[in-house]
Amino acid sequence: MNFINAKNISKDFGGVHALKGVYFTVRQGEIMGLVGQNGCGKSTLIKTLAGVWRPDGGTLEIAGQKVENPSPFIAIKLGVSVIYQDLSLFPNLSVLENICLGPIIGDNSLLSRISLYRGKAMEILARLGIDINPDDLVEDLPIAKQQLVAIARALANDSRLLILDEPTTALTRREIIQLFSLLSNLKKGGISFVFISHKLGEILEICDRVTVMRDGSIIGTEEAASLNISQIEGMMLGHALALQKKTAFRSGKEVVLSVEHLSKKNHFLDVSFALHAGEVLGLSGLLGSGRTELASAIFGISPADSGKILIRGKEVRIASVGNAIHYGIAYVPEDRLTQGLVMPHSISNNIVIATLEQYLGRLALLSFQKIGLTVKNWISKLDIKTDDARKAASTLSGGNQQKIVIAKWLAMNPAVLIMDGPTVGIDVGAKRAIYDTIQTNAAQGMAVIVISDDIPELLANCDRILIMHGGRLTVEMPTSEADEESLQRSMEIRSGA
Amino acid sequence: MAGNSILKHREAVLAALVVVLALGTSLINPNFLTLENITDLLKANTVSGIFSLGVLMVIVSGGFDVSFTAIAQVTQYAIVLLMLERTEGNIYLAILAAVFFGIVLGLINGAIIHYYNMPAIIVTIATQSLYYGIMYVVTRGRQINDIPSFFWSFSNAKVVEFTSPAGGTYGLSLITALWFILAVILYVFLRHSKLGRSIYAVGGSRISAERIGFNLAHTTLFVYAAMGALAGLAGVVHVSIVQSVIPSSIVGSELQVIAAVVLGGASVTGGKGTVLGAFLGVLLLAILSNSLTLLRISSYYSNVFTGLIILISVTANAIQVQRQRRQRVRVQIDKA
Repeated sequence: MNFINAKNISKDFGGVHALKGVYFTVRQGEIMGLVGQNGCGKSTLIKTLAGVWRPDGGTLEIAGQKVENPSPFIAIKLGVSVIYQDLSLFPNLSVLENICLGPIIGDNSLLSRISLYRGKAMEILARLGIDINPDDLVEDLPIAKQQLVAIARALANDSRLLILDEPTTALTRREIIQLFSLLSNLKKGGISFVFISHKLGEILEICDRVTVMRDGSIIGTEEAASLNISQIEGMMLGHALALQKKTAFRSGKEVVLSVEHLSKKNHFLDVSFALHAGEVLGLSGLLGSGRTELASAIFGISPADSGKILIRGKEVRIASVGNAIHYGIAYVPEDRLTQGLVMPHSISNNIVIATLEQYLGRLALLSFQKIGLTVKNWISKLDIKTDDARKAASTLSGGNQQKIVIAKWLAMNPAVLIMDGPTVGIDVGAKRAIYDTIQTNAAQGMAVIVISDDIPELLANCDRILIMHGGRLTVEMPTSEADEESLQRSMEIRSGA
Repeated sequence: MAGNSILKHREAVLAALVVVLALGTSLINPNFLTLENITDLLKANTVSGIFSLGVLMVIVSGGFDVSFTAIAQVTQYAIVLLMLERTEGNIYLAILAAVFFGIVLGLINGAIIHYYNMPAIIVTIATQSLYYGIMYVVTRGRQINDIPSFFWSFSNAKVVEFTSPAGGTYGLSLITALWFILAVILYVFLRHSKLGRSIYAVGGSRISAERIGFNLAHTTLFVYAAMGALAGLAGVVHVSIVQSVIPSSIVGSELQVIAAVVLGGASVTGGKGTVLGAFLGVLLLAILSNSLTLLRISSYYSNVFTGLIILISVTANAIQVQRQRRQRVRVQIDKA
């Protein structure tokens, strides 16, 4: 039986066809994967199912009922819940209250009779096998548990279809495995899911069927068992992005950056490595392995307690971001929304913000001509998709935003470029452009550190790979000797274990 | 709420500070811990206390209001004029009219903030000036000294009365009791009513509140209207105590009240704060200023101490939050 049955749905936004005659079904007790590049119509489809948008054409049936007047309220009543990436929880309220708030709003008392719903909430938490004190505040929980609270809340609303938007982005591998086993159990109980992710490996791992979208249309819906990653990529892009292990390795003689016995209490311990000019060095490890903390220390965000950092063989003191930039280190953070970009500012301003002194003209005033030329140059070099550099950065897709962050730092012409999660949450087309940028700059002598969870990505881009576990550097090997399986394994085990 | 350890901790610290300060002052001046001084102190702070309840609600909802003193001032002026016009005025009518007038002015704030989606601090800075300015234009800043006598009876009424050895009477004022009763009502309302919980929810995350189906307009209009109602009431209480209408006597005290509420643990980013905290905050600042008077320290120092106390408390809070955050990003280092 189909829980969701959408037929020939179309939706226009001021002349842009966001959905073009889409047919989409989700069976009861099934996990349906939904993939596509940014801007392919995924979000529009989800918001249509959730009652946020009213389709311009076509019919939508939820739980066998035709939806005539869609609204978020009706969608929730029919059992559809969306768990957005931000989880939409109340950080300042208790777990219990977060779970019960939906039913509480729905009843017709003026009081918030939370005790009436406590039993049901506890039962749901028990069913999910979650070990959480229901009186804890949500903001005190790690993100993985917050996500479980969001799922528990959806179940407390008697939801029968949960739409999960990029649910694994902030989870460690172990937490992802736990989440997946939870989803499988709920599925057996008749709950359906729409699972949206850019991580195609996970899509194939957990989903029963996969729907691929491109340019507002459904390209295909297939059994997951009959697909592989490059087939899905091919459907998403129209052509495949084949990630192949790097074969031509570079390793300059000159050591640009080296780190000796670097330690920071509760972050990482006794880390040493060297980075050569023209080299792309991969750094990986599970969340909580200390890899991001190590990068923050090298870039001066939270300096190390002990050990040495050397630039071209000379010991330097990096106590602040200013110091790091002075020594030619650039850092593209993982969370570009909060750390990398000034969203309401223009694309142009964001690109030049770190290098303003390069564009001074007469009287030491900014020359907008110089800025314009530089911006134009970067937009074409990185293939940033925009018709006007004066538009706000927030108007771009995730992939293009990431390109701006990269352009900003490349404009500095750094000796060392550290990129943390450079392709997290961005689509295949933009990934390709970013990979090309990494290789081009390395070929010109820049030393690059790529921090990533995505092992095929590391194998395709890096000359050498480092793995951290529990705050220590546990693996260092040339890519030529590495393979996906052994790297994955070494991420999960301690050194010597 | 249960589990809210920072706030609980803060309330305990505040209560301890109140006790220490009170004991310390009474060592130097034994008059301090007399029932007479304490009831006087509470009465003198009833206006701030009533204000603080409204400010707490507004801040918890993620909003802000600096116009409440102007609302109180304007309302006070209008109500006294109205009562002077009528021959058979009484305190109930005065309170009713003041609350109504306060609600109207508060709703104007709430409506502008919600429907035009504007920053509350800017809107209320503007309306403070506007309300206050219109009053000045209309009244030319004239002071009213001839106040109907029922105002005096209102502020002078005691719930419990004692006679002092010197022959005078003292005790718990009706207006102080009114403050306490309102505080208890607000406590129950914020904890157990749907609207009360929605104030916390909206303050915690507006987007989440909207997605789960809360009516943001209701919540916003309610908190500013309630703030207006309490401001109107405080205006009446104020004129009852002061026995004259001086157009500049209330405006200017808003920061002191906001400071007390923030000192009590309310987060200016919204979603956090308790009635008990706000009460202790008002009490602490009141005792501090009273102690300075009893210790014969110039009242100019009062502001300095108030400023210091608030800085220290807010900093302590920030450090605690930072430490918690750091705990969370900790890496478990492998043993070699």
